[in-house]
Amino acid sequence: MTNNWTDIQNADIVLVMGGNAAEAHPCGFKWVTEAKSERGAKLMVVDPRFTRTAAVSDHYAPIRSGSDIAFLSGVINYLLSNDAIHTEYVRNYTNAAYIVGEGYGFSEGLFTGYEEDRRAYDRSSWEYEIGEDGFAKRDMTLQHPRCVYQLMKAHFAAYTPEMVQRISGTPEDKFLKVAEWVASTANGERSMTIMYALGWTQHSHGAQNIRSAAMIQLLCGNIGVPGGGINALRGHSNVQGITDIGTLTASLPGYLAMPTDAEPTLDSHLAKRAFTPLQENQVSYWQNYNKFYVSFLKGMYGRNATADNQFGYDWLPKLDTTYDALKMFDVMHKGQTTGLLCQGFNPLMSIAYSGKSVAALAKLKFLVSMDPIETDTAYFWQNHGEFNDVDTASIQTEVFMLPVTSFVEEEGSLTNSSRNIQWKWRAADPYFESRRDTDILADLFLRLRKLYDDEGGTAPGPIQAIDWSYADPMAPAAEEILRELNGRALTDLRDAEGKVVRRAGEQLAGFGEMRADGSTDGVQWIYTGVYSPEGNLSQRRDNSDPSGKNVYGSWGFCWPANRRILYNRASADPDGKPWSEEKAYVFWDGQRWGGADVPDFPPTSNPSLRTGPFIMTPEGTSRLFARGFMAEGPFPVHYEPFEAPVLNPMFPAIRGNPAARVFDNDMEIFGDAEEFPIVATTYRLTEHFHYWTKSVRYNAVVQPEFFVEMSHALAEERGISPGQMVSVRSHRGEVKGRAMITKRLQPLQVDGRTLHYVGLPLHFGFVGQARKASPVNSLTPPVGDANAQTPEFKAFLVDVTPLADPVA
Amino acid sequence: MTAEPNVSKNPAIHRGDPVTVDRYSGLARLNHWITAVGLILLALSGLALFHPAFFFLTVLFGGGQMARFLHPWIGVITAVSFAGLFLRFWRYNLWRGDDSRWMGRLSKVLAGDEEGVPEVGRYNAGQKVYFWVMSLCIAVLFFSGLVIWMEYFADSFTIEQRRVGVLVHSTVAILAICTWIVHVYAAIWVRGTISAMTRGNVTGGWAWRHHRKWLRDLASGKPSDSE
Amino acid sequence: MFPPVPNPGTEATDQTFGAGDLMRRSASKVTPPAERQTEVAKLIDVSKCIGCKACQVACLEWNEQVEEIGFNDGRYENPPDLTEHSWTLMRYAEYENPETGNLEWLIRKDGCMHCEDPGCLKACPAPGAIVQYSNGIVDFKQENCIGCGYCIQGCPFNIPRLSKTDRKVYKCTLCVDRVAVGQGPACAKACPTQAIVFGTKAEMTEYAQTRIADLNSRGYDKAGLYDPPGVGGTHVMYVLQHADQPELYSGLANAPKISGLVETWKSGAAKYTGLAAVGIFAAAGFLHYLVNGANRVSAEDEAKARDLVEGDRT
Repeated sequence: MTNNWTDIQNADIVLVMGGNAAEAHPCGFKWVTEAKSERGAKLMVVDPRFTRTAAVSDHYAPIRSGSDIAFLSGVINYLLSNDAIHTEYVRNYTNAAYIVGEGYGFSEGLFTGYEEDRRAYDRSSWEYEIGEDGFAKRDMTLQHPRCVYQLMKAHFAAYTPEMVQRISGTPEDKFLKVAEWVASTANGERSMTIMYALGWTQHSHGAQNIRSAAMIQLLCGNIGVPGGGINALRGHSNVQGITDIGTLTASLPGYLAMPTDAEPTLDSHLAKRAFTPLQENQVSYWQNYNKFYVSFLKGMYGRNATADNQFGYDWLPKLDTTYDALKMFDVMHKGQTTGLLCQGFNPLMSIAYSGKSVAALAKLKFLVSMDPIETDTAYFWQNHGEFNDVDTASIQTEVFMLPVTSFVEEEGSLTNSSRNIQWKWRAADPYFESRRDTDILADLFLRLRKLYDDEGGTAPGPIQAIDWSYADPMAPAAEEILRELNGRALTDLRDAEGKVVRRAGEQLAGFGEMRADGSTDGVQWIYTGVYSPEGNLSQRRDNSDPSGKNVYGSWGFCWPANRRILYNRASADPDGKPWSEEKAYVFWDGQRWGGADVPDFPPTSNPSLRTGPFIMTPEGTSRLFARGFMAEGPFPVHYEPFEAPVLNPMFPAIRGNPAARVFDNDMEIFGDAEEFPIVATTYRLTEHFHYWTKSVRYNAVVQPEFFVEMSHALAEERGISPGQMVSVRSHRGEVKGRAMITKRLQPLQVDGRTLHYVGLPLHFGFVGQARKASPVNSLTPPVGDANAQTPEFKAFLVDVTPLADPVA
Repeated sequence: MTAEPNVSKNPAIHRGDPVTVDRYSGLARLNHWITAVGLILLALSGLALFHPAFFFLTVLFGGGQMARFLHPWIGVITAVSFAGLFLRFWRYNLWRGDDSRWMGRLSKVLAGDEEGVPEVGRYNAGQKVYFWVMSLCIAVLFFSGLVIWMEYFADSFTIEQRRVGVLVHSTVAILAICTWIVHVYAAIWVRGTISAMTRGNVTGGWAWRHHRKWLRDLASGKPSDSE
Repeated sequence: MFPPVPNPGTEATDQTFGAGDLMRRSASKVTPPAERQTEVAKLIDVSKCIGCKACQVACLEWNEQVEEIGFNDGRYENPPDLTEHSWTLMRYAEYENPETGNLEWLIRKDGCMHCEDPGCLKACPAPGAIVQYSNGIVDFKQENCIGCGYCIQGCPFNIPRLSKTDRKVYKCTLCVDRVAVGQGPACAKACPTQAIVFGTKAEMTEYAQTRIADLNSRGYDKAGLYDPPGVGGTHVMYVLQHADQPELYSGLANAPKISGLVETWKSGAAKYTGLAAVGIFAAAGFLHYLVNGANRVSAEDEAKARDLVEGDRT
């Protein structure tokens, strides 16, 4: 979230799209109901299904799954062609005025630089024109034909309301109402928040879905302001923490990059990331990347990391390619993986195309499942009839189940969608033989290290060099780990005048204190400050709101720097005055920046310097034109899902996202609309949490069994009655479930034809208390987003047929 | 063919002093007493559920839960038992012309003076009325009882049907109890009656006094409507 | 936001009401307390409800009920109906509003309404099986329940459920055990969107007006508070978008009152008429006996009989 949960109370318009906040985030959704009841905010929902969020909305617009970019581009076109934008914001705080180089172009659905054989772009033409002063050229009147603003107008002109209706199936009037409500916030006096989740990410063009929405927010001036923002709702109490800590294969803690084969030295790695400013007086905060990186390496390797050995850079693995979960299972499927350690992970349920997953797991020598509950993955070898029809005798994988404590049985911190790091205390004793994840990993690490010590082996360095100085090496305490993430001074730190600002051994109060010379450590720079010299700030539980702006600054600790709204300097105009009294948040008082929140800005930077509010970018502005940072182009384009019911109405020759990765043989496993005419989308139910709670009695009571949601029209067409068993088949598998026939799904008119779709809740499997079902991911295609490799779970093709009711 | 009447061979009449006449077989009496005990238990347990003032009666049945549990089962037994009585006696209780005239002189009967009223066969009109009213009551009680028998029929009827059922059941139960009081009183008031249901026979005098036509028929060898 | 009931401290708390605060007791007479406790109420704002069923689970957990894991029958209602364990249930109705052409998904939390004039209590024949506290809570005391199910007939909302296991009837207690120590009901505690709030009846009625004003501003002209006077008002109330058509909400009773059949059956008049009839018949017999004496068979009767029997032999 750029903003945070409690800030939603400040919104005038709430757009929930690509998500189902009421259902998947009911506790956070309370702030939407607060905004509605206390502020009179309007809630609109755009979703293929009339969800429980739609049930409490003021406006609902249906949309075909997988066509969000067309819809959002339609909104962008509406804003631009009706001049319903926050012009001063756009001019000063986005790169609308920047002039793009002459080499850039877009035609027939492709940008310049496409290399078909690689399914990738040479992105070098997607850059600004650089002036003689070394800075990027701008035209602040926004009239230059190659300025971003003019390019945008041209790019999005095709997304008329008629085109939106043709592609997305959204009736024109319902679309226009959304556009009008969005436009009502493009003025600095009102704001709109956008809430999304996996309904946007789980597409082959997921990142561009979110970019489209972010662009809308920028055009309306809704980023960095109270009640605004583009807000990712994380599906797990700590999934924000999981991404922050760098469990994605391409990242290290704090979104530092994992080195690649092309970066053999620390300097070669750092050089690529220290972006020099593209305008005068810009902060370009990533110039501090080296400080964070060296502090990370010091945190990892302690005394073993020295300037002479590049602070241990050689001990970090160097990536040859990305190893996301889809890739991992592809490699495993090829028989190239010996063992898999699943820690709090049930990939058989959560990875696309579970048929392939089972085959892949069967090729492992061993599988370790560390989990508080028995997972379907740990039982992949067990035959469960039609739900998991495997030949157990032929599977040689040895499976170890290590019971671990659940979240209530251990203390530690959780980082929520608001980036708020909150401590939790242990509420119950560990059950039976379960151990903390940390203890198991410590035990494993110490045994491995002893093996290396005793017997040697390949590449001992990464294991032997690790700094493991915990009070009890077998049981690192959660507090110790949080302190380690925060970082501390290793020697006395002095300021420019030589005054000691931090004593050796003291915790750092902020990442600004980090140094690149090895005198500080800190594994997770963005968390620095959470365990400051004042103590563990994640334990704070003060719910006071001194500014009255719904800012609870003494509750937990928000990264970065306890900042509740990112880019909050954008809540004031270029001169530092709030855009409006209503939305006053962070402003210049003549001496300093201050207000309700911790300013996301150098605290004494005079507005006259015209330093941009987006201090992380070299432009100092946000980017409507993404330059080379997106795999499939600097502007969003409507691409169909890989399994689409229609040809791309705008660019019929292009199948799917042209820059998305497709594995060698996977094109064959895409079904076509002839055989599979119905669009399917998977989703979550509020009664369940992923694949855990099917093992919990009460959750199983309130939602006991898999079902298939469909419209009355489809049911009638296929002769299906309520509650009847139906078969849902894709090109990759089949699931069976009870028909839930509802008015909440209606056929859509897409590109001149009637299109049916079904909704498939994903929680059910063959292990647990709920009724057994085949994983819905036996249906889904193993293709991911071009940037993040998030699988395309939200739009694929199936066919639905009635089955005779089973004999009870 | 005409059979020569030979009363002396009618085994239902026993000479002596007094003459005794068989009125009910052993099975009929057993059937009667099962029904009678059933009705008493039903009245007791039913009243306990009917009005809080009688709730104490549930202790006779082992408490409220047991009373609630037993009442319908006793009802089933009683209804089945009564059905036996019904099958035995229904044809003797068919209404005849004399019955209406008897009813016309009911006040004389109640005063104990049965002279001048039409001679009565096996049952007098009052008994017949009792028979039909009780039959009807028990049939209604049985079926309305099923409607409100939650243990087995909770899913078979709607709440609204059960509301009707419970009102009908309690109203008819009151009617049945009142009717039953008349029956019991009549048996006590008309001396010599009870032996019919205990020993199975009555004296000739009793029969002469109250069911003269029945006695004449028995004596004359007409097709007996005795058991 | 209506301020939620704060979390309890760790010290034991005295009960704020108990047996001395009974206003009514089934099949018995109680002397109502001289001063009535402040009436409490739970307000269920249907327009804020997201149908998450957290209330259902909280209810099961707090009351330590073990519900069966059922099946899906093509609906969102699980279990499919209230049961002796599930004292509250989310009901989902799909309504196409003819005025706007929009689909509305009306989600209502069903459960005991805690009527001021409780039909269940009136119908109950077992002394003390159903009680009503002076704060308005209607509670079942299972130790006194005989399992007849009369309360089910008495209830205008179809709430009580008879257990097939222990043959006793169960329903929402309004968390009488929590309320007695100053807490709100478990469902209200668990509700993530404050669709369920708890307070005094006066507070709830007043707060509901702000919700109705908000709904009016969103085009729901007929929004209103559901506090049906036919049962003397309730201590569980709804804010409805369409208060003129409560039946849209999965058949919420429109103008509910205790069934006339039940009123007739349970009214004092009927009971006493019935008992009086029994008494009159018994007394009539007694009087008749006093006046007329026994109807005895005379010696003459016996002689006539003998004559008849023997005369026929001659």
